[in-house]
Amino acid sequence: MKKILLFIILFIIPLESFALITVDITRGNLNPLPVAVSPISSSEKTRILLEKELKIEDLGSEISKIVENNLKTTGLFNPLNNDAFLQKSDIAHLKPRFEDWSLIKAQALITGKVELNDQKLRVEFRLWDVLAGKEILALAFTTVPKNWRRVGHIITDKVYERLTGEKGYFDTRIIYVAEEGPKIKRIKKLAIMDQDGFNTKYLTLGNELVLTPRFNPANQMVTYLSYFKNLPRVYLLDIETGIQEVVGDFPGMTFAPRFSPDGKKIIMSFAKDGNSDIYTMDLENRIVEKITNHPAIDTSPSYSPDGKYITFNSDRSGYQQIYVMKSDGSKVRRISFGKGLYGTPVWSPRGDLIAFTKLHKGKFYIGVMRTDGKGERLLTENYYQEAPSWSPNGRVLIFYRETKSNDKGEGFSATLWSIDLTGYNERLVNTETDASDPSWSSLLSN
Amino acid sequence: MYKNIILSSTVHFLLIIIATLSLPFLAKKPIDLPPVISVELIQITEKTNIPFAPKAKKIIEKVKKEQEKLVSEQAPPKKIKKEKPDSVPMPDEKPELIKKIEDKKQNPEKIDNEVKQVSEFEKKEMFDPNTIAALIDKSKEEMAETNIKSSKTTQSQDKNMDISGLTLSEEDALKAQIFGCWSIPLGLPYNENLLVRIKLRLKPDGSVVKTEILDHARMNKPGQGFYKVLAESALRAIQLCQPLRVPTTGYERWKDLQLNFDAKEMLEG
Repeated sequence: MKKILLFIILFIIPLESFALITVDITRGNLNPLPVAVSPISSSEKTRILLEKELKIEDLGSEISKIVENNLKTTGLFNPLNNDAFLQKSDIAHLKPRFEDWSLIKAQALITGKVELNDQKLRVEFRLWDVLAGKEILALAFTTVPKNWRRVGHIITDKVYERLTGEKGYFDTRIIYVAEEGPKIKRIKKLAIMDQDGFNTKYLTLGNELVLTPRFNPANQMVTYLSYFKNLPRVYLLDIETGIQEVVGDFPGMTFAPRFSPDGKKIIMSFAKDGNSDIYTMDLENRIVEKITNHPAIDTSPSYSPDGKYITFNSDRSGYQQIYVMKSDGSKVRRISFGKGLYGTPVWSPRGDLIAFTKLHKGKFYIGVMRTDGKGERLLTENYYQEAPSWSPNGRVLIFYRETKSNDKGEGFSATLWSIDLTGYNERLVNTETDASDPSWSSLLSN
Repeated sequence: MYKNIILSSTVHFLLIIIATLSLPFLAKKPIDLPPVISVELIQITEKTNIPFAPKAKKIIEKVKKEQEKLVSEQAPPKKIKKEKPDSVPMPDEKPELIKKIEDKKQNPEKIDNEVKQVSEFEKKEMFDPNTIAALIDKSKEEMAETNIKSSKTTQSQDKNMDISGLTLSEEDALKAQIFGCWSIPLGLPYNENLLVRIKLRLKPDGSVVKTEILDHARMNKPGQGFYKVLAESALRAIQLCQPLRVPTTGYERWKDLQLNFDAKEMLEG
């Protein structure tokens, strides 16, 4: 009897599973996910207290607007119009009527509540899967009321991470060169703002020329180049304390200092005896090390996120192309072979792609290629644009574009733009003045 | 003596000038930035996972059915209507099948065993991707064969269909429907295995009774957070699409269905 049973288990059950019909789903749509961002609710008392303190009528709604705007700019989400919402925000936060939200085609719902306890702002939010009818994320943040914009960004980061599977890039800042005045007598200041264009602060006075600010991927430090008495000088700036430090004077043409992934070194190119090569400087002992040694012009170095490789551009083949080498300067390999000139290579924080600027037939392109040079994709083209910088999750690039101020081709303006890896979601980044040379910070909170 | 004092004061004066010029940052005002304030993250547990209201579920199903009715009124699929009267054995089969499902629900132990057996079996498959490919190929071959056979099949041969798969046109209809419902999360890493296999138990009208993610254990593995997102997107697609466009006949052969959602092709594009 046991043998018969064993026979049944061993043979009949597997046969049944083999008979299971399988259908391969290899395609889907890339339409933005419809999301309902219900206004964050607050009690009447909290509302009055916050209005007194921050001069904002309904702080909850303002935080929701930040979340909504952030999600919209990704191109991956479609925040639904608030007018279509059937359920009140405070009740939805307790227990949403999923049928109401699925009626307006929402697939995800964000609800929240804001409170003021002992002068501390407490914002609670929940993320709901409307189709599955369940809660998938719930978090609360406590901070000082002045920090309310950051709360909106952190909520977006958490929602983004839960729905896409990768870290967000909203609680970040962008440092750039703010420009004013005519092209011949341009005033250039170092400026920093939130990634959505708010909270702009100017870090230098504008009496010296500043160029190529770059964030340290490990913390909130910035390195930049400034001309002092016509001599290029590399500075370090701590954003949190405001303390500036001169790293060193570098004679001749110095370009684009950039941090190593651990933030302990700076890599840059400068010309010595008329030949431009790549050098690193240890920030602790200030020892300068020559990485490339070639009669050609080697510039724009950028480390891979693991610090093992460096990408740079060089004209050693006759035209400016992109190269990859080991971080000690060995095993130099050309990776770009397309038509045109390639420059400003920047390694993605994900490590899988290298962004670059390409000049071909009088037009500038921002593109990406894999680290072996294959799979080149040009994301955007224009008459003058360059200096791509990656968002900390490696999904979006920010760069600057120079255009004429009006339709007649008069004047000149420089603006910041962002584009995602699909190449479809290109957006103007709002800045108070003209702007160039942007650099994206890492996430302020993890 | 007098000369030395003059010399010393001029040198000191020069030094001060050099210092003020070469250290300009000393004269600058401190940067007016708000102090960085740590944000406290609190996991809310007391209110999480509120059970899904059964009433709401019924209303959603009603609304969906109404919407689908409207669609079907606009473009009535003639073939389906014709096939219904031909499928004579179906009404007898349906009550039996429903009973079977109900029996299983009443006995939770049975379900657990079944799920465990299937999952372990599937886990072994997962270790060898070539085997999966071979299995998929096999199913495709079978499907191709049934397609040829289907032109000649009669009602008496319907029992044989239970073992074989869907015809190519049936499979295409189902695929086309799910393609439209599946929003692929774009943040997925494209150098990873992006295959999610979901086993479905369907009702004769194509609505979903039960879904099971076959590689469920992978969700909780470190570094596989994206897999959870991918699996959830696949489940959402099934929810959004149901009732699925299934053939009107041969319920026995497709009542259990496995959908292999693979995002790799789309993301590598």
